[in-house]
Amino acid sequence: MIKKNCLFETDIKGDILNVALKGEIDHHSAVSVRGEIDKLIYEVRPSKTVLDLSEIDFMDSSGLGLIMGRYALMQRIGGELTLRRPNERIIKIFDLAGLGRIIRIETDKEEEK
Amino acid sequence: MKRDQDKKILNEMKIKLPSLSVNESLARSVVAAFCSQLDPSATEIADVKCAVSEAVTNCIVHAYRDTIGVIYINVRLYEGGVVRIEIKDKGCGIEDVKTARQPLFTTDAANERSGMGFTVMESFCDKVRVTSKVGKGSSVTLFKIFGGR
Repeated sequence: MIKKNCLFETDIKGDILNVALKGEIDHHSAVSVRGEIDKLIYEVRPSKTVLDLSEIDFMDSSGLGLIMGRYALMQRIGGELTLRRPNERIIKIFDLAGLGRIIRIETDKEEEK
Repeated sequence: MKRDQDKKILNEMKIKLPSLSVNESLARSVVAAFCSQLDPSATEIADVKCAVSEAVTNCIVHAYRDTIGVIYINVRLYEGGVVRIEIKDKGCGIEDVKTARQPLFTTDAANERSGMGFTVMESFCDKVRVTSKVGKGSSVTLFKIFGGR
């Protein structure tokens, strides 16, 4: 069994689903992670899903696909998607695709509320 | 940038990998480790890792879409902090390279491909050369100069 290069933990507070990803997001990991996250979204039907990226130390454009896909799914069920604490590298890739204008990124201050 | 053959090669590495998605991580890590001989900054090495990951993923997702083929990676380190990384496949080839390089262009939106692969490579490298022949395969060559543009 080959070990996974991206893992995640989830917790549900009210109708908010928090998904804390850890490791690397590439095409290999995105394929398995997206299936598991979608299953949870369909089960929980949250009003908001938060993808915590603070412990992601590598992401390529496959991560954009993963994020856009979850954004589209949340829109379809009438909810929203936000990102928490992406590092500078991730923000650089977001900006290339213009995603910063579409998807909300939570700051640390907002998170404390 | 001087022509490849005009510069002195300091070191060279060739690797062959099957087009299994698990090898995306291996390919970028091995290339990054090899490039570290030129003493790049953390940002430069992160740029290389990301660009290599994109090129290798293209081989897996597009070139060898319904099959497992071989990905050929050749890395050359030149004097002056120049690295040349060639990533080649013998897969299906690209019909229209110019269109494929456009931001957000994808032939595989159903599988959540963002169409940003070549844009990422171009942004994180100093030069990207792409050649392809339908039915024969493609070659992507990434050039990166460590220590400044």
